[in-house]
Order: sequence, then C-alpha cells, then structure tokens
Amino acid sequence: MIINGVTIDATFAEAFPMKATRAIITALNEKWAMIAAQTMTGFATSVIMCGCEAGIDRVLDPSETPDGRPGVAIMIFAMGGKTLAKQLETRAGQCVLTAPTSALFAGIESAIKIPLGKNLRYFGDGFQIAKVIAGKRYWRIPVMDGEFLTEATTGQVEAIGGGNFLVLGQSQAQVLTACEAAIEAMNKVPNVIMPFPGGVVRSGSKVGSKYTTLNASTNDAFCPTLKGATKTELSPDIECVMEIVIDGLSKADIDKAMRAGVQAVCDLGAANGIKRISAGNYGGKLGPFHFHLQEIMA
Amino acid sequence: MSALTFTLKVQPKQRVDMSPLVPVNLCGKTVAEIASLTLQCGKQKIPVGDLFTISGDDAQNIAINNSFDKLDFIGKELDGSCITVTGDAGAYLGMGMKSGEIKVSGNVGLYAACEMKKGYLEVSGSVGDFLGAALPGNKMGMKGGTILVKGNVGERAGDHMRRGTILIEGNAGDYCGSRMTAGTIAVMGKAGRYLGYAMRRGTLLLWNHPQLLTSFNDCGAHTLGFLPLLFASFKSSNSKFAEASAAFSRVQRYAGDMSEMGRGEVLVRL
Repeated sequence: MIINGVTIDATFAEAFPMKATRAIITALNEKWAMIAAQTMTGFATSVIMCGCEAGIDRVLDPSETPDGRPGVAIMIFAMGGKTLAKQLETRAGQCVLTAPTSALFAGIESAIKIPLGKNLRYFGDGFQIAKVIAGKRYWRIPVMDGEFLTEATTGQVEAIGGGNFLVLGQSQAQVLTACEAAIEAMNKVPNVIMPFPGGVVRSGSKVGSKYTTLNASTNDAFCPTLKGATKTELSPDIECVMEIVIDGLSKADIDKAMRAGVQAVCDLGAANGIKRISAGNYGGKLGPFHFHLQEIMA
Repeated sequence: MSALTFTLKVQPKQRVDMSPLVPVNLCGKTVAEIASLTLQCGKQKIPVGDLFTISGDDAQNIAINNSFDKLDFIGKELDGSCITVTGDAGAYLGMGMKSGEIKVSGNVGLYAACEMKKGYLEVSGSVGDFLGAALPGNKMGMKGGTILVKGNVGERAGDHMRRGTILIEGNAGDYCGSRMTAGTIAVMGKAGRYLGYAMRRGTLLLWNHPQLLTSFNDCGAHTLGFLPLLFASFKSSNSKFAEASAAFSRVQRYAGDMSEMGRGEVLVRL
C-alpha cells in the first residue's frame, strides 16, 4: 500500500491488555489545571521503568467539569490494578494535592473503584470533611490556599497499551515535523494517550539485550547509524525513524487514533521526506491485540 | 395500572397507625383483602375499608387523599415505591424509610423522616419538631437520603443526624442541627436559637446570618469548591434550591460546636 508516496508496510502493531483510569483535574484557570495535569502525568512514558504510562486525554470546557471550572482530563495506564491504584494515589497526592487551586474528580465510571482522594484525606489530620453529594463521596481537605476538593474514588477499566507506528524518513527534521502533525491529529481523538515526550519516542526498543540484566534494548534494526552493522530494516535513503506509541481504552479508540496519525503523516507525504510507515511487534506471539496498518488505512 | 388510592371517608377522633399501608403489605392483594386489613386507631383496631375508600391496583404507587394530621406512621420503613399524600400527615411520616419517595401536599407532624436511611421526602407545607432526628433515646438520626421542606420546620431538625441532606425553604426552629454527627442541612429562611448545639461534624448552610452560640468560632470568609457541586445536585429538585440564583460559593465559615468535637461548620452566604 502506498499513500501519497509513503509506503505502508504490511505489518502490524502488537498491543497488550492494561488497566486504565481517568481523572479530571480542575483549577482556577486552564493554565493551572494544565500545570497540575502535566505534573501528574510526568515521568510516565513507559511501564518498563515508570510503573505506568500517563498522558493528557483532553482539555475540558468549564461546562464539562463537575465544579464548573476549567479542567483537564488525564489517563493513567498500568499493567495491573494494584500498580494502577498505587500510581494514581501517589501522583494525585504529590502532583495535584500540591498544585494551587486544584480539585480532582473521577473521570470514568466503572464497577471497579480505586482510591482517588480516599486516602489523601489523612493529610487533613482530622480536619478533613466528607461530603456525599448526589451519591458520590467527596473529601474536603483543608490546605493553605483553602480547601482541596477531591472525589473519593474513580473507576478502573480494561484497556489496551502499546499500539504504535513508526515513521521512516529522510531526515530528523522531516520525520519530527511529520510526527508533530500526527500527534496534533491524534490529540483530537478521545480515550487515547501518547505517553512519550510530546507523544513521540525516538528510542524504540526491542525485547531483551546482550546484557542479561536488561529487559529491553535499542531497536537496532531501525537504527539508521547501524545500517551496515546489523540486520537492518532500513533502506539506504532512511536517515531517521521515530515512533508514536498509543494507549487507549479500546481497540476501536486506538484504531481511530492510528488512522488519524498515519493519515496526517501521509498528508505530508514523500514530497516532505517521509518514505515509510511501519509498526513494532513481537511476531504476534506476546500481545493479543494486533493493529494491522494496511487494514487500518484501507 | 392506576395508583392504589386510599381516600379518607371520615376523620377519626383518635390517631391512626398507618404503617401497615406500605407496598410490602399490599402487593398482590385485592381491594377487598386490603379493606379487611386493620389499622390501630387509639385503642381500637379498625378495618381499612371503614376509614378509606379504596381504588386502583398499583401497590407500588400509593396515594392517600383527604389525609389529616392524625394519620401517623405513613410510609414507615418504606422500601422503594412512591407514596403521595394529599392533605396533612401526622407524626413519624417516613420513619426509617429505606428507599422510595414520599410527597406530602400539606403539613406534617413530629419526627418526620426520623431515622430515615435513604430515599426522598418532599413536604409542600411545614413540618413539626425532630425532622430527620433520632427517636428518643437513640443515638443515630437520619442516615441518608434527601428531605425537602417548602415551609418551615420545628425545633431539633436533624437532631443526631448522621448523613444525608435536609433542604428547608422556610425557617428552622431552635436547636437546628443539634447533636449532628454529619450530613448537610440547608436553611433558606431564618434559623432559630442554639443552632448546631453540640454538633460534632456536618454542615449547616444558611442564607441568613443566625444568632450563633459562643462555642462556634469564626474561620473567616471563603470560596468553597464543594458548594457548586452541592447546588448542582439540587438542580433536579422541585424547589427554590434548584434555581440558579440560589447558588453561591462565597461563605463565612464558623467551626463548632467547640464544646463538642468542633468539626462541624456553619456556612453563611456572603
């Protein structure tokens, strides 16, 4: 398949089941809601070393937030429910409770509940106040700028992590521009996050390493400087590869995001130095979810 | 199906215990069977059919017409379903109700919704003392649900209240929120003396500045983030509390009762 001069490889991205949650951060204005959201979702690019993958789902209009203030919806993905709960609580406590004027609410309904502010209440040292409003429990925790309002729990849902595609092109600048266009398009798709810096990862990995203590190492087959030194996947005209990783609440969400992203890259096309779109997988033996590029773009 | 309707034929001189007339006792019964049930009236037992004209067949939707202030225990321990009372109701209306809805068009007597667990009670008129309170000697009043009173309430509203919301469009009598353990009482009118007497936790939300006990300490003026959520939860109610103009988030906060735990609060609109 070729779109606007860009070859779409006959391959697929391989993804895994994860647990996810969504939370809504509000603040006095969008600037501070975004600061709290960015802080909460920081250092959460990959479960390999960060414990979770997190990102901003979307900016919310005041009419969409529980307290009528500007807000940002964030999502956190982890390999298991316990890790997810721990990550959520730690990040809420250190990044949102501390952020000026912030409040924190559940962003997703589910039968499985995990603590959001339920345990943060102890920071109130006995001065905290519980309020059940419309069947939901909130905690009012006295802090130095007034009160930190937080919902007690949020929902935990089944999700998918590890959807991805690779952008192969002639130069760093051209591939980065294409990836930026992809991320801009994908940010408009709800229920997905692209957890890496700016949504883009330049250090794609393969499973295993020559060093026995490492679980993952550089994806040498896609490293342009190793074209003559390893079994490469790259043609001579490829000088740069960048990857976009997608976590989403469902296969349909990731399909939609991948299509939007790949389409944005292809819109720039060969004329802007983009040669190929590929995807990362493990032979289809590890992850139950397969995202076939050509099917998505058909 | 139409509402199972009890229309009072004659007002007895003695008080009537209406507690048997709840859906759990009426479901599956014919009108004749219901008419043969007996109600305690003073020291006599009177067949339902002697007091009421009975019509309709939907026991999940009960209407009591021509009601007056001696019909006690209406909707006692109601668990689901709906009871509509046209006229006044006596004491212990909705006592210990577990879920469902009771609406009264007139006034209500003492101990309405006492020890209520869940559900919704709406009174278009006024209510007597001990609304949502604990029964004498008990330590736990209302534990959940919502009460809306469009008129005034008597003394000791929310006494020993544990959870839930009481909305009062009119005035509240003395000792409103006394010995409260938690929950929310909102009073649009004026609140009487000894407001929040011995309250441990909970919120008393007021539209008018009350005469406060000396054991309540001023914590200053604040904009509280939970108030917009609280008012948003009133939006669906058929009351003044649902009006956009009723909502506010800027309050003067008083903490108390310091003679007790002191974790309660009186919030007065600024």
